Amino acid sequence: MTTTSLSAQQIESLALGAWILGTGGGGSPYHGLLNLRRLYRQGARVRLMDPADLADDAAVAVVSTMGAPLVMQERVVDPGPMVESVRAMERYLGRRFDAVMAVEIGGSNALQPCQIGAVTGLPVVDGDAMGRAFPEAQMTSFAIHDLPMAPLTLVDVRDNAVIVARAASWKWMERLSRKACVEVGSIAATCKAPRTGREVKECGILYTVSKAIRLGETVQAARAAHRDPIQAVIDAEGGRRIFGGKIRDVDRRTTEGFLRGTATLDGLDGDRGRSFRLAFQNEFAVGWLDGRPVVMTPDLICVMDAISGEAIGTETLRYGQRVAVVALPAPPILLTPKGLEHVGPRAFGYDLDFQSVFAEAR
Amino acid sequence: MNRIGIDVGGTNTDAVLLEDDRVRHAVKTPTTPDVMSGIRTALARLLEQAGGTPEVDAVMIGTTHFTNAVVQRRQLSRVAAIRIGLPASASLPPFTDWPEDLADLVRGQVHMLAGGHEYDGRPIVPFDAAGMREVARRIRDSGIRSVGVASVFSPLNGSCETEAEAILQEVCPDVAVTLSHRLGRLGLLERENVTLLNACLRDLARSTTRAFGDALATSGIRAPLYLTQNDGTVMLASEAEAYPVYSFASGPTNSMRGAAFLSKREDAIVVDVGGTTSDIGSLRNGFPRDANGVAEVGGVRTLFRMPDLLSLGLGGGSLVVEEPLAVGPRSVGYLLTEQGRVFGGEQLTATDVAVAANLVELGDRRRVAALSPALVRACVARMHAMIEEGVDRMKADASPVPLIVVGGGSFLVPDRVPGISEVVHVPHQAVANAVGAAIAQVSGEVDQVFQGLSRERALAEAQRLAEAKAVRAGADPSALAVVEVEDLPIAYLPGNSLRVRLRVVGDIARAGAPRS
Repeated sequence: MTTTSLSAQQIESLALGAWILGTGGGGSPYHGLLNLRRLYRQGARVRLMDPADLADDAAVAVVSTMGAPLVMQERVVDPGPMVESVRAMERYLGRRFDAVMAVEIGGSNALQPCQIGAVTGLPVVDGDAMGRAFPEAQMTSFAIHDLPMAPLTLVDVRDNAVIVARAASWKWMERLSRKACVEVGSIAATCKAPRTGREVKECGILYTVSKAIRLGETVQAARAAHRDPIQAVIDAEGGRRIFGGKIRDVDRRTTEGFLRGTATLDGLDGDRGRSFRLAFQNEFAVGWLDGRPVVMTPDLICVMDAISGEAIGTETLRYGQRVAVVALPAPPILLTPKGLEHVGPRAFGYDLDFQSVFAEAR
Repeated sequence: MNRIGIDVGGTNTDAVLLEDDRVRHAVKTPTTPDVMSGIRTALARLLEQAGGTPEVDAVMIGTTHFTNAVVQRRQLSRVAAIRIGLPASASLPPFTDWPEDLADLVRGQVHMLAGGHEYDGRPIVPFDAAGMREVARRIRDSGIRSVGVASVFSPLNGSCETEAEAILQEVCPDVAVTLSHRLGRLGLLERENVTLLNACLRDLARSTTRAFGDALATSGIRAPLYLTQNDGTVMLASEAEAYPVYSFASGPTNSMRGAAFLSKREDAIVVDVGGTTSDIGSLRNGFPRDANGVAEVGGVRTLFRMPDLLSLGLGGGSLVVEEPLAVGPRSVGYLLTEQGRVFGGEQLTATDVAVAANLVELGDRRRVAALSPALVRACVARMHAMIEEGVDRMKADASPVPLIVVGGGSFLVPDRVPGISEVVHVPHQAVANAVGAAIAQVSGEVDQVFQGLSRERALAEAQRLAEAKAVRAGADPSALAVVEVEDLPIAYLPGNSLRVRLRVVGDIARAGAPRS
């Protein structure tokens, strides 16, 4: 099995790129990045592996931190419980894992397998199950492929561990694990249903770690050369600039466990005189230009600071910010009829037929 | 009511005397390296103008002294950091992500103890009081004189921090203690950073505020002394001594608040045209709009509100290049009155062009009489376009608002600006900072998660807590106003969890008035 050791600089780029792929949600990767910087100073390294090199019967741990981003501002993420969630699963299964991978490449969860890999030496699979960030368990490529959702281990800092051995549906898995998560303080490290190498290769969204690193490097290179980082991202990833403007109003509310809301933008420069409305449910979901829906999930909707190119989260959107709204292409599996059932506009309650920004280009 | 406002800037120390809402006297003197003698000079000249020592109700000083100490890494004390929250948040100890040179100067000891709270107020684990006692003994034996304590979720429940303080006071009573929940908001690492910055400034803050007091006393002024904070409000010097970090970035805030006061407008765009830059900000309800994102001080991430400012490289001293035409960002700065052409120098500056265009009368007009009218027109058009674009960028909505102009280079601002209802020039615009200091009010803020309450009751409870804080800081309880409310429902948390950030402000209580 061949692996590539990631440099400290690549970890920095990964954090930057993962925050952009978070499409407004997923939580800031800042604390995970700090943990990795510390581990790197101590000599640890993250080894990235090509999923094609996974044996069909290899055991892959699929990991994420469950909880509220606000709690993570105080209860700072810690590699200890992350590693323990994987060990607890190994004990339950009675076998060791061969590799670890992220459920979600968007936001803070992108760095979870890296932190586990840096501590344990397990290689990190170059891939995930979303290709971006989504709020719920059934919004993964594994769920779209109807793979089993159990078992799951959930671990907190006090050495509490919960194993959800079976669940009647993805929905039940979400309910049971959410209850346990809230009880331990609304932050817990989880190891999701283990995957075989074959399942990862057939049902995972592949090469998203290297994609996030590339995205981060693109922004860093543009900043260093004093070029427009947003245009650089668009050029490098085949994206589309949807709107440029400043935020006039933000309306947030919580319903059914989502942070929902809308932001209204007034156009600047080329978009002067036009108005843009952006709806979000943890992540950005749909955008309307002068009342007409022009961009929607699962296409990636990224809101970036107009000058620095830094991604802006739905929780940090604020009145007066000058931003660019950019669309990036979604992984093809999410665009299939089954994929759209899980993550299309109707899955978020918008009565819209999915229309990709990139449709005419394809 | 008579108030004196003093702004200690990098170049000038300005002082004003306000009688009720009128600027009675204003002076500008050079800032001195020791700061104090500059303040004494400014006060002496102010009292000379006033023809004696009037009854003064309050003196407010705005200073960059503490920010500069952090930025320049000087006069900082070594501190002990105590984090309470184990087994949570263990992997990123205090001083994580500090610039190494600053951490090396400030980091005396680092201790991490079991304790802290959950988002809903339950303890994570019981507080390790025995461990705290051992830590206090080690601090006492080390000779460290200042300690910063941060506990997980202390803005919701500060009991672990206050217990730690009680133990420290018992074991090593001479040590200065900074508790993170007194400094504010959620965000453990950033709040802890601010706590440690505050701790390392305690010695300097004590000597500086006392020197301010001495300067006042030698001037014969008997009035309570306040220091201005970054949110446009003040606190008593005796409190500022314990919370020097609150003065960070108060300069631009004072300038914008002064502009609001002098123009009698609460919602406006403000442009402060200096020698090298023009700073454009946005006023809402008489206070500057905050910048997005994380504010860093000396390379350390903090939770501070900083005014959202757009800085353009255009000021009175900006150099004009003819081919291809450019104005700024290079500038002769404070040397304008030596190097500018109308002042006898050789450099062509924005001020020279303005004199040639009859926008202002300064120096010797004849020295720019030979400039080609086409060049002058093109230059003026360029400068106006820069300001117009900057103003448009800072406007938060489409409706027209006034533009208030302050600063020495205010003549560079055009009389008409698209999207601006009127361009307002004000008297005393050159000392707007000191005016902003003089009029500062007292504030109280809460940032907390409320659970199980309706939105209305959560907001009311937040207001009650904020008002109590403001009154403790010296506000007149009879006239407090809410200036900022932000409520954020928290995804994933059960039971109507609502994070409320609410700020009230009020005038300072008159001297001698009872403080309830």
